[in-house]
Amino acid sequence: MTVFLIIIVVALFAITVWQLTKIYQLSRDSSSIDPSQVANDKDNKMQGNLMLAFGIAFYIFMFYNFWSFTDRALPAASSEHGVQFDNLMLISMAVIMFVQVITQGLLHYFAYKYHGRKGQKALFFADNDKLEFIWTIIPVIVLAGLIIYGLFTWSDIMDVDKDDDPLVVEIYAKQFSWNARYAGDDNILGKANVRFIEGTNTLGVDASDPYAHDDIVTAELHLPVDRPVLFKFRSQDVLHSAYFPHFRAQMNVVPGMVTQFAFTPTITSDEIRETEYMVEKIARIQNIRKEENKELMAAGEEPLPAYEQFDYYLLCNKICGVAHYNMQMKIVVETEEEYNKWLSEQKKFSETMEPQEESAETEVEVAQVVN
Amino acid sequence: MSAVGHVSDHNHAHDEHDHHDNQSFLSKYVFSLDHKVISKQYLFTALFMGIIGIAMSVFFRMQIAWPQESFKVFEIFLGDWAPGGVLTADKYLALVTMHGTIMVFFVLTQGLSGTFSNLLIPLQIGARDMASGFMNMLSYWMFFVSCVIMIGSLFLESGPANAGWTIYPPLSALPQAIGGSGMGMTLWLISMAIFIASSLLGSLNYIVTVINLRTKGMSMTRLPLTVWALFVTAIIGVVSFPVLLSAALMLIMDRSFGTSFFLSDIFIQGEVLAHQGGSPVLFEHLFWFLGHPEVYIVILPAMGIASEILATNSRKPIFGYRAMVASILAIAFLSTIVWGHHMFVSGMNPFLGSVFTFTTLLIAIPSAVKAFNWITTIWRGNLQMNPGMLFSIGFVSTFITGGLTGIIVGDSTLDINVHDTYFVIAHFHLVMGISALYGMFAGIYHWFPKLFGRMMNKNLGYVHFWITIIGAYGVFFPMHFVGMAGLPRRYYNNTAFPYFDDLADINELITWFAILTALVQLVFLYNFIHSIFFGKKAVQNPWKSNSLEWTTPVEPIHGNWPGEIPTVHRWPYDYSKTNKDGEYVIKGQDFVPQTVPLQENEEELDH
Repeated sequence: MTVFLIIIVVALFAITVWQLTKIYQLSRDSSSIDPSQVANDKDNKMQGNLMLAFGIAFYIFMFYNFWSFTDRALPAASSEHGVQFDNLMLISMAVIMFVQVITQGLLHYFAYKYHGRKGQKALFFADNDKLEFIWTIIPVIVLAGLIIYGLFTWSDIMDVDKDDDPLVVEIYAKQFSWNARYAGDDNILGKANVRFIEGTNTLGVDASDPYAHDDIVTAELHLPVDRPVLFKFRSQDVLHSAYFPHFRAQMNVVPGMVTQFAFTPTITSDEIRETEYMVEKIARIQNIRKEENKELMAAGEEPLPAYEQFDYYLLCNKICGVAHYNMQMKIVVETEEEYNKWLSEQKKFSETMEPQEESAETEVEVAQVVN
Repeated sequence: MSAVGHVSDHNHAHDEHDHHDNQSFLSKYVFSLDHKVISKQYLFTALFMGIIGIAMSVFFRMQIAWPQESFKVFEIFLGDWAPGGVLTADKYLALVTMHGTIMVFFVLTQGLSGTFSNLLIPLQIGARDMASGFMNMLSYWMFFVSCVIMIGSLFLESGPANAGWTIYPPLSALPQAIGGSGMGMTLWLISMAIFIASSLLGSLNYIVTVINLRTKGMSMTRLPLTVWALFVTAIIGVVSFPVLLSAALMLIMDRSFGTSFFLSDIFIQGEVLAHQGGSPVLFEHLFWFLGHPEVYIVILPAMGIASEILATNSRKPIFGYRAMVASILAIAFLSTIVWGHHMFVSGMNPFLGSVFTFTTLLIAIPSAVKAFNWITTIWRGNLQMNPGMLFSIGFVSTFITGGLTGIIVGDSTLDINVHDTYFVIAHFHLVMGISALYGMFAGIYHWFPKLFGRMMNKNLGYVHFWITIIGAYGVFFPMHFVGMAGLPRRYYNNTAFPYFDDLADINELITWFAILTALVQLVFLYNFIHSIFFGKKAVQNPWKSNSLEWTTPVEPIHGNWPGEIPTVHRWPYDYSKTNKDGEYVIKGQDFVPQTVPLQENEEELDH
């Protein structure tokens, strides 16, 4: 595929160079006839035809893009609100492509149809209130529809309903890794501040806050399926952005403040691995890796690790430093039982802090002085 | 009003004209006060910066397509940045950052606004020069200094700024966080501060000139749309650039004097910083309060240029002149209240997100009106396919393609998942990058005879146009799909996520098109430079245009018109206007210059 594309591009470029020299030659030859460098009838005809050809080629190219690249787009959303997102995206895309096809068609067709000819009279057509009213009011109506739909969806997503008893999880960012902190049995996160960071307490949790004792800090994010999760985001150094592409969720992580985003995962990791989309995708990637490994082995280099199975991931989507491109955390969506089992195997914050109890206390004093 | 001002002006200009040959080289070509020379200075500087900016984009596209591969060109051009020909992650970000900065501010802002405001405002409104020639000269030279500082920062050992062109703190404030935030960022901020001062001096001058120095008969509704666009652009600049200056100053203070405007609760490299109480979100607000209008500062001049060239070469009046002016004004007004759409997921109050979605999608309305009016302008025309015309049609095409996806990225809901992905990159490059570049190319081809008294080679122009439009769409149309696959921007490579492996072929395709597009710009450069010296001598009005600049002599003179300043009797779009009997107003000529009084039997129209 790639090789094929490269060949096409190289071929196109070769044709271009050839055409270029030819045209340049022509411009030399004809300079005795028409030296003005202003388009004449021949140019108008030629360029008008090219406009039509380009318009058609552009249609084909757009179609080709949709045809062969849409399978790389993200799979259907794995979250509750993501379904609405996908709907709105589909509608917007349909509106856009409809307008695109019509306007580009008109533009290139007119450029072809009305190319200059000797003796052709242009129409003196300076304004027409009716026409202008029509194409003001149509965008107004269409956009009003999109805005209203969009805003309802937006407030749906952004309004966190406390009655749903969402699971509270903190996502903690630093250059260049993520941590999750679960609120524990009380479902309330203990206070935290960068000034408490010391030793194993890398998230700066306030050990004196009783809510903090049952907090659980992990390096992987496990989520129970079908339960709303309220994420609280905190950064210790620079801006990051917590991007969950498969869940249609994203929120910047801002040092000095706590931001939030809530969603309900609806498809477990096991389930999505079995979808047709994912099976095909993994097979495709394994093939690509196999090809690449052949080359790497031939060159005597380490082969790439195999891509065995799909995992959801959280990635950083705000430039945060040199390793920005590799700041990720694995996400596992699983059944309630699996989730509870996993969580019970994790160490509570108070357990991780026990050997350092003394130093934690002095730290609290320091912190109080600071505050 | 303006007519009175010109009686004395006219005599004065004559005096100047008589002894302008005695000017020294320095005052004629270097510290010139003549708007036409300053315009050329802007153009040359912007083209030079453009070569650097575009070359950078080719380099980082190569890294994206073939990560970690060793390239000889990297060793040659990038030296230490690419040890053994492999670009480092640090310098990849430097390239991305500097490409954005250079293209947005130094190429598109001053290449369009600087070049064409200086050239066209006095010539098209019928003025001898800018209101203040001295301020104009100062504006250019401050721009030059800021260019030198920005380019100079490329040669620092610690590298130039590399926190992204939006320089969000804390990354840009803390050298501990990334290498480029040391001296590189200091120079970036100094350069931009000078740039802003330069831009303000220029803009104030443009505004005053348009308001005060219009020739007799040149009412506001008889101004060519280029002047309207450049005038409104200058106003937006005056309103929004000072806010960026304040943001830059606060950032300088946070960096160097220990203040905490944007910094709070930071633990980095094993130590807690003393900064407390600031907010990075505040910086984002300040930055985008300029940053978004900046997009329109870039695109409005291109719109004005395209409108003028489309009308002239269609041999038709621009359709809906008043609607065009109204939409320029509407866009300008709305542009100052939409900045929050860059911040939907920044952590600001979601209610604000709703408001900004609303105002943002409103902008689509005047933009749609403009697009439809352009299409109607070429309908039933007699299209003269000069290179400038092709680029103007190309402008309309990319403006529509790129503008439409604005409906997606401007919608807070949809932005959640496409924010900071390649979808956004594709959107804004088409709508403001490529479109503005087309506007700039169109302007250069069209007004080259006015700038240099010679014509550019049209066939090379055709080659330039066709390969550029194929290449640019080849780069940015597939890029939408990379974004919809969820690939974030500013990633040094995508190999850390096996999931993105199957995007590699699209990325390679994009890079090939990028290389092709960049290479064909050499054809333009050759044509441009060659034509300055050896181009065919231009006639006075090669495109048979109505506006005033074509009534000046081919050889530019100080003061623009040798005799009296022309008086204007009509709007600039009387192309193919006919009398009741179907005959052109001026027999055998399909255009009526603005200086021609109302003819016998001619119907006076209210535009």
